[in-house]
Amino acid sequence: MTLLFVRQDVRIDVPRSMGEDMVAALLCPIYATVLSTPVDVPRHSLLVRLTHWITAAAFLVLLLSGIAILLAHPRLYWGETGAVGGPSLIDLPLPFVLDVPIRGPGRYLHFLAAWICVFTGLAYVVIGIVNGHFARSFAPGRGELSARAIGEVIRGHLRHRRGETVPASYNVLQRLTYTTVVFVLVPLMICTGLAMSPTVTSVVPLVVTMFGGQQSARTIHFFVTCALTTFALLHIGLVWQSGFKVHMRAMITGKNKRAEPAQPEAA
Amino acid sequence: MNDKLSRRRLLTAGLGAVAGVGGWRLAANVMDRHGLIPANCRGLYGASETLTYAGQRLLTKLPSMAREFDRSQISTVIPVNGPAPKTDAFRRLLAGGFADWRLTIDGLVDRPRAFSLAELKAYPSRTQITHQACEEGWSFIAEWTGVPLAHVLHQAGIRSSARYIFFFTIDEWWDSIDMDDALHPQTLLAYAMNGPEMPLDHGAPLRLKVPRQLGYKNLKYLSKITVTDTAKGVGDGLGSGSPSAGYSWYAGI
Repeated sequence: MTLLFVRQDVRIDVPRSMGEDMVAALLCPIYATVLSTPVDVPRHSLLVRLTHWITAAAFLVLLLSGIAILLAHPRLYWGETGAVGGPSLIDLPLPFVLDVPIRGPGRYLHFLAAWICVFTGLAYVVIGIVNGHFARSFAPGRGELSARAIGEVIRGHLRHRRGETVPASYNVLQRLTYTTVVFVLVPLMICTGLAMSPTVTSVVPLVVTMFGGQQSARTIHFFVTCALTTFALLHIGLVWQSGFKVHMRAMITGKNKRAEPAQPEAA
Repeated sequence: MNDKLSRRRLLTAGLGAVAGVGGWRLAANVMDRHGLIPANCRGLYGASETLTYAGQRLLTKLPSMAREFDRSQISTVIPVNGPAPKTDAFRRLLAGGFADWRLTIDGLVDRPRAFSLAELKAYPSRTQITHQACEEGWSFIAEWTGVPLAHVLHQAGIRSSARYIFFFTIDEWWDSIDMDDALHPQTLLAYAMNGPEMPLDHGAPLRLKVPRQLGYKNLKYLSKITVTDTAKGVGDGLGSGSPSAGYSWYAGI
């Protein structure tokens, strides 16, 4: 049941009943101290942690290299064609940068990071479906989709208490956002990217005609990038605000502190 | 007990490494035999370049024809990247209406020879209205008329060991395509654009059209073709002048 002589850094089995707690606490002062140390509980699985960080790094590379590629021609069009000398949808307030040392590595890095993203994402989605990760962590619970429930989560954000632990599961806003990112926005990025490949469209023209043309795909690719970047900034901001250290610990080591139980008086 | 475990681990790791390396080399051999290794497969980006090229070549084993458009969709705005050479030699050719211009073909062919523009125009021609996207991001649609490259290669008696078709231009640029693109029905040596003539700045007298790749593969001002079985002998061995400028050899994406 108990250990009379206990080292502080050793994890021990905590007795389950309160009666045992009190007897142990009376018999051994050191034991009482150990009882009050919170125990780690698992939070994020290895799959989630690995894919999270690999995707974060790949996204950063995709974003920066994508900007390098965009700067070769910072005008957006709609339809199949568009060029300087003709009408555009939007002339972005950015300079035309045609320097080869920027454009060249931009394309190489973009496709390298894209492959990493695709393989990682595929592993994440397939394994996540099979092991029930999405059913547990992404699907909203009953009643969570009501305006009242969502309003409560938003109010909780605005109060932003920094916690000592990470919540045991995602709130409904997280569920909706992550589902949209993983199952709508990222697939859109990949599809619009492929739509800009003349070889892929020669085999599957649907992938470009579904967007209304090569330039439409390019424009949508840009706007979805903006959406994903906004998400990334909000995500980082909220993580920062709600206990950066505990969140990072949970997403790196996978461990979360269990909320501390009531402490018995030390003898 | 500990000794046995560490020896076992060492053996397993060693065997695993050998199997891994062996498997890798086997995979590389098989891929190479099926034409899935690109000319610029080495270096920092070699792995992802190979993934892209191999993936797309596997995809094009399915029916693969670049989209063709209607006359009404031909672009009115067609920028020029790489205007006509200003050299004396080119001016002389132009003054003679390109009657003295020749397209020479050599390398792995049975009958190396030179073609005049009139000869090329007399061959069976194909007209196609296709989309061309520049790597920079702009694009246009135009109508191209020319002789399919495959026909010209067969006229010269291309050998079965051929793997790359290298192109050299009057303005001293060079690039290459693989056999899959070379023999594709839409790959043309084009001598007319949006009408009976090839406008000067769009590649006169002859331009390569590879509609399943990005614009920079569509070389202008052609002067010579060399057929090879390896990319290593030409330039820096990466298949194109492009990689040294930071552009991929394969531009299917």
